[in-house]
Amino acid sequence: MTFLERSRDPEAHKHWYGDMEASYLYSTGIAGEKFFSTLRDKGKITGASCPKCRKVFLPPRMYCEICFSETKNWKDVGKEGTVETYSVGYVGIDGEPLDEPVVYGLIRFPRTEGGLVHVLSVKPEKVKIGMKVKAKLKPKKERKGSILDIASFG
Amino acid sequence: MRKVACIGAGMTLFWRRLQETGKEMCWEAASMALDQAGLTLKDIDMVVLGSAPDAFDGIHMKGENLLDGAGGAKKPYMRVFTGGGTAVFTPIAAWWHIASGLANKVLVLCEEKMSSVFPHPQSAFGHIWDPILDRPLKPNLVWIFAMEMNRYMTKHGIKKEDIARIAVKNKRNAVDHPCAQLPDPNITVEDVLNSEVMAWPVQRLDISPPSDGASALVKTSEKVAKKVSDDIAWVEGTGWCIDKTMWTCRDLVFPEYVARAAKQAYRMAKIDNPRKQIHVAEPYDPFDYKECHHTEGLLLCDKGKAPSMTKEGITYRDGDLPICPSGGLLGVGNPIAATMGIKAGEIYWQLTQQAGKRQVKNDPEVGVCQAWGDLMQYGSVLVMRRG
Amino acid sequence: MSERIKHWPGKRLSSKELTGGKVTTTSTDPKVKYAWACGEAISRFLEELKNGKLIGRKCNSCNQILFPPRMFCEDCFTPTNEWVYVKDTGTIETYSISYLDTDARRIKDPIYVGVLSVDGASEKQGIMHYFGEVTPKTIKIGMKVKAVWKPKKDREGAITDIKYWRPLRRGEK
Repeated sequence: MTFLERSRDPEAHKHWYGDMEASYLYSTGIAGEKFFSTLRDKGKITGASCPKCRKVFLPPRMYCEICFSETKNWKDVGKEGTVETYSVGYVGIDGEPLDEPVVYGLIRFPRTEGGLVHVLSVKPEKVKIGMKVKAKLKPKKERKGSILDIASFG
Repeated sequence: MRKVACIGAGMTLFWRRLQETGKEMCWEAASMALDQAGLTLKDIDMVVLGSAPDAFDGIHMKGENLLDGAGGAKKPYMRVFTGGGTAVFTPIAAWWHIASGLANKVLVLCEEKMSSVFPHPQSAFGHIWDPILDRPLKPNLVWIFAMEMNRYMTKHGIKKEDIARIAVKNKRNAVDHPCAQLPDPNITVEDVLNSEVMAWPVQRLDISPPSDGASALVKTSEKVAKKVSDDIAWVEGTGWCIDKTMWTCRDLVFPEYVARAAKQAYRMAKIDNPRKQIHVAEPYDPFDYKECHHTEGLLLCDKGKAPSMTKEGITYRDGDLPICPSGGLLGVGNPIAATMGIKAGEIYWQLTQQAGKRQVKNDPEVGVCQAWGDLMQYGSVLVMRRG
Repeated sequence: MSERIKHWPGKRLSSKELTGGKVTTTSTDPKVKYAWACGEAISRFLEELKNGKLIGRKCNSCNQILFPPRMFCEDCFTPTNEWVYVKDTGTIETYSISYLDTDARRIKDPIYVGVLSVDGASEKQGIMHYFGEVTPKTIKIGMKVKAVWKPKKDREGAITDIKYWRPLRRGEK
């Protein structure tokens, strides 16, 4: 069954244009607060460990998602990690071509669960899965308690 | 269908802004419910999560974002959504997981974080209207409730003071709830009637506040419940129903969809005289008039008669049919889906005599809770009986 | 409360603490645009507004005249059958007097808004719209109203081509 009347004239069909205006401001949460303030104030990347499973989560979480224990003992995971995988972006968020390609990837840290997604300051032709990279932090006075306090990994 | 038990409940504070992220709130509430049930995450077979519009958190696929705090990672997991109706629909979804025989132990989570959106949650609510016919008129969500309230009052000849009494009852009840956002031990009917007019007939104190919060339940099969718990409430009946899309073409005086959902639940629970057979009720009360609307939809009184029940004292904690003994959304707060904690959670605590200062006096055997949502058209109803 | 529950979790945060830098935060400002298809029925409805006319759709199965028009009848679940012009007069089903704008900001001059059913359509077939030339004392449920249209040159095929609905005057049809 279909509509009994149907216009074949595409001009007759209207569209109504609009947007979804709203802005968002998020607190980083209990674990996020500790992670980002440590990054800002001490320049350290930290993970939270589960007292039962002994796993260290990065980014840190307030709880262990495997056994649901509250995480304790925050650990400095260092600044060096390994590129687990990467991609090279040639277009921006709206599909516009970029002047310079952007390299970004997932960086794993030794003896931790998870990792960080970030920009890699490595040339597209040089980047490799498995390569070692190091966090390059912004100067202390420019750090705001955000993931962008790390300028890049390279 | 198998028998389904509720054996634990938990909830966070309800507050305008909580520092926790959504998933952290979920974990806090889930841990409480598991503790109460005497189970750990390892014991759980499946997880059901409810959360209302993504626009509040500004995170699309919120179910996926919240899942680790909900304990859903690497388990059969689903998010359900029926707007505000989610608060009671989520435990209904958990019920069918177990009643069908698919699962024995289900963790049920509800979360809402309304503080992230700026300038006000109303900005996100704006997006629930029809973009072509409604939104060009720049509506505020309060309008739709104000219009429904006006028609309800006008058609039944109900005075505003008789509806204001509901807000007073619930905000006073909320004084005894440790999670409450807007309790007020001294509030009077005059305070409500003199409060700022938002969209007439809705005034400031007729409305529940937007909140952050999470709540959780643990549901199990009969066999598991009898083995691990002494505090059991059985799920006896479930019902849900929705009215037309075009809200301007609906009956705004009586919520027929709630009545249909209630009849479905009562039939399952073998309740043929709800006014006698139900001893405590938690209808959805985001506005004071909605408690009346829903009490009538739940067939607990005649049409237009709900306000007089409170006038006569029937709905107080020491009355014959206590309604919203938790303090409701009006007093405890309105983190949409997470109000499961003061609807299904409260009925669980009441039936198992764990409500402390909020405990109703009539030794309740059977309780009903209900939530209401989508664009004021959805009713979900759950009946429980003490174990 | 349950004797066994000793602690209720949750860390309260004030607006000032969130927006004033007391805690670390992150913000987003999504900029997405939409073009919602109006479909067969509403496209025609909007087009007719430019002519100062209201149009509905008749279902021959239940004999209802649906307004705003729809190409299917949700009760019969069959296609609707014909276009029917309805009147630009109607009845106030319900209303509110709003002191809040769309972002919940307070406004001094209230907005009169409500649901009206239009004459010529079936019962309870109506739309939301503004009311004008009324006061809090004079507006009533059941009041007969008539559309006040924008001048023809200003109409754009939008629900706002009607400025508002005013009380029907004595002797007016």
